[in-house]
Amino acid sequence: MWRFLIPGLVFAVLIGFFVIGLKRDPSYVPSPLIGKAAPAFSLSKVEDPTQQVSDKDFVGRKHLVNVWATWCGGCRQEHEFLVAIAKQNVIPIVGIDWKDELPLAQRWLTQLGNPYVATGFDMEGRVAIDYGVYGAPETFLVDEHGIVIYKHVGILTVEVWQNEMLPLITGKATANGART
Amino acid sequence: MSVELGHFALILAFSLALAQAFFGLAGATTHRAHWMAAARSAVIGQLVFVVFAFGCLAAAFLRNDFSVLYVAGNSNTELPAFYRVAAVWGAHEGSLLLWLMVLVIWSAAVGVFNRGMSTEFISKVLGVLGLVSGGFALFIIATSNPFERLLPAALQGRDLNPLLQDPALAAHPPMLYTGYVGLAVPFACAVAALIEGKLDANWARWVKPWTIVAWLFLTLGIALGSFWAYYELGWGGWWFWDPVENASFMPWLMATALIHSLSVTEKRGLFKSWTILLAIFGFSLSLLGTFLVRSGVLISVHAFASDPSRGLFILIFLALCIGGALTLYAWRAPRLQSNAGFHIISRESFLLFNNVLLVVAASLILLGTLYPLFIDALNLGKISVGPPYFAVVFLIPMLPLLFLVGIGMHASWKQAKLAAMRKPLLIALGVAALFAVTITLLIYGRMSVLKFVGQLAGAWVILSSLYQPITRWRAGQRVPPGILGMCVAHLGLGVFVLGVTTVESYKIEKDLSLGTGQTVTVGHYDFNWVDTHQVTGPNYDAIEATVRITHDGQEVTVLHPQKRVYHVQTSPMTEAGIDAHWQRDLLVSMGDDLGNGVWSVRVQYKPLVRFIWLGAVIMAIGGFIGLLDRRYRTVKQTAEQTVQVSDPVSVAARS
Repeated sequence: MWRFLIPGLVFAVLIGFFVIGLKRDPSYVPSPLIGKAAPAFSLSKVEDPTQQVSDKDFVGRKHLVNVWATWCGGCRQEHEFLVAIAKQNVIPIVGIDWKDELPLAQRWLTQLGNPYVATGFDMEGRVAIDYGVYGAPETFLVDEHGIVIYKHVGILTVEVWQNEMLPLITGKATANGART
Repeated sequence: MSVELGHFALILAFSLALAQAFFGLAGATTHRAHWMAAARSAVIGQLVFVVFAFGCLAAAFLRNDFSVLYVAGNSNTELPAFYRVAAVWGAHEGSLLLWLMVLVIWSAAVGVFNRGMSTEFISKVLGVLGLVSGGFALFIIATSNPFERLLPAALQGRDLNPLLQDPALAAHPPMLYTGYVGLAVPFACAVAALIEGKLDANWARWVKPWTIVAWLFLTLGIALGSFWAYYELGWGGWWFWDPVENASFMPWLMATALIHSLSVTEKRGLFKSWTILLAIFGFSLSLLGTFLVRSGVLISVHAFASDPSRGLFILIFLALCIGGALTLYAWRAPRLQSNAGFHIISRESFLLFNNVLLVVAASLILLGTLYPLFIDALNLGKISVGPPYFAVVFLIPMLPLLFLVGIGMHASWKQAKLAAMRKPLLIALGVAALFAVTITLLIYGRMSVLKFVGQLAGAWVILSSLYQPITRWRAGQRVPPGILGMCVAHLGLGVFVLGVTTVESYKIEKDLSLGTGQTVTVGHYDFNWVDTHQVTGPNYDAIEATVRITHDGQEVTVLHPQKRVYHVQTSPMTEAGIDAHWQRDLLVSMGDDLGNGVWSVRVQYKPLVRFIWLGAVIMAIGGFIGLLDRRYRTVKQTAEQTVQVSDPVSVAARS
């Protein structure tokens, strides 16, 4: 009477999958960019649209690429923390202003403080597409060789900064994943 | 103070659940009458304490007691009193308490309406229900305590999720849970039957009304949820194949199959192990749904708080409950074999097809729901399965099912003589085909195989369900409630199918930008954007638009869609403007303000969309009529009445 065992066995397999599933985070999306060269870009600066900012400007230096916009509430929340990081002079932060309006972005930086060494004005969102941005804010950590080594989706928190990013920046750990 | 009393009452209820489980099961196996009586008293005690605990939580909401974490998280002084009560089940902890309360009410009902079954059997059923409610009570106390204090108390609450501030959604969880949890009764009966190693016609007759009541609430609960999503989410969809929706739909399919399977077990003593298995599956899928929704293993648009420790608890509970039942099944079910046979063309075989197709449909939905989890667990990547999969895959078992329903209703037991039925059935099929051609070609002017088949199936099921009552009435015969209920429920299915087919075939959706004074034409209707203005609600501000709809220059209606911002949780909400009519709905929902009084707007024409929920309501009415059948109320003559299985015709047919 083996057939009477079938439902129980199928259920046991299902439970096995659930046990594995519980340990995973369904919203965890690995970035295909991790370990690969950061996409090249060349954009006019928000601070001064007559000048250009490009990924070439930061070759040889670890830097953060932060995607933000004035229409994004999370970015407003994150901004204060970025300014605080910038004051520590640990790492230069490059801004990418995503699908925004220039006057608003300029006012934002003058009124709230400017944590960025330079901000590219990505009006059409082309660069954001190259970086695979889901939504602002997103922050990428790029190493000396222009390789993306970490990505954070959403507001940058003190925990993420201290536990994930800072060890990578000061070279005390290597990571190969990203959490949303 | 009352909050602590509520917490204490919950702990007492948990202790009583353990007593109920022990005395119920041990009393029945050792035949100790006073132990079995203790189990029945424990149920009543548990009911008192759980209702008291629930009342304490509701009182804390009404008092705006923000020193309770759960109240502070889900209520606000601005929230109208009605929603403060509904907020009790607005989030995880409270909805589990509701779950538990409903389960205990069902258990108490089993303890009271126990006529016709032996005390031992009822005792075992109560014992199993005690195990389930004990597990749930422990789950609430250990991981999701709604009575947790917040010190210092909050000055103001975070408010109920604005999406849930709606009458339909206030009623949806109690309805759905009554159905979900009600499936625990057939489950417990199945386990009790497995323990006894005996399952007879009397058992099936007794279990069926419980199943029908649970199914009825489940039907209404799902329909209400779908109706809510349709008008409250603002974008005019009525079903999204979201994991949470699937979690409620799979138990429904199982309960439907179980009702049909119980008929065969009752009338012919067949399909016993099928019936047991379906009873186990129905409740398993309810529990599984709870696990999927609460543990966060799947992403859902229904943003419930999820927590891995809760997930682990439910998983262990699930494994014990279902694993235990299925082990018992593997051990005991071989005893429940019946030796009666049936002819290939008989009601039995149609009901078998029905069962198989419904189980296949539920399995396909389960597969689609869990597929992302499987793929991730096997490290094969991240994927999501959406409506394109479900919409196609669901039709595969459903289309044959719809055509078989129409014939199966008229087949008699053992061996059906369909020759007599051939002529009326062919006429019904012909009329249905004519109807389908008329609707697709003449009324809507567009036809495809699927559009035609959908209309045909809907009309066919309706005509076929009407045949029996009409012929019986014309012949001056009484239609017994059992038969009438079945016909009405199937009629509801036909109405539902017509609604789904028509709305999916001929709906029109347009996304546009509209400014003051502009007019757009959608499906013979002209939508004129008159203006936008500010309005203020009890706990929100809104921008409201005035849209005048005309048809051939005649005013049809004026709609007022809104874009609301609730004061506390400032996320904007879309309130669609809907003009409802039996044959079509017109929807206008506002998107974003594009500046200068111009808005992005979605305008929709939804033909026959009301038939979807009307169909569900008719199905539920059918279930209710079926409950009135006299055979569920008559006291049986002997306690050990069994099914006549040595029937010469069927044995001959089998060999």
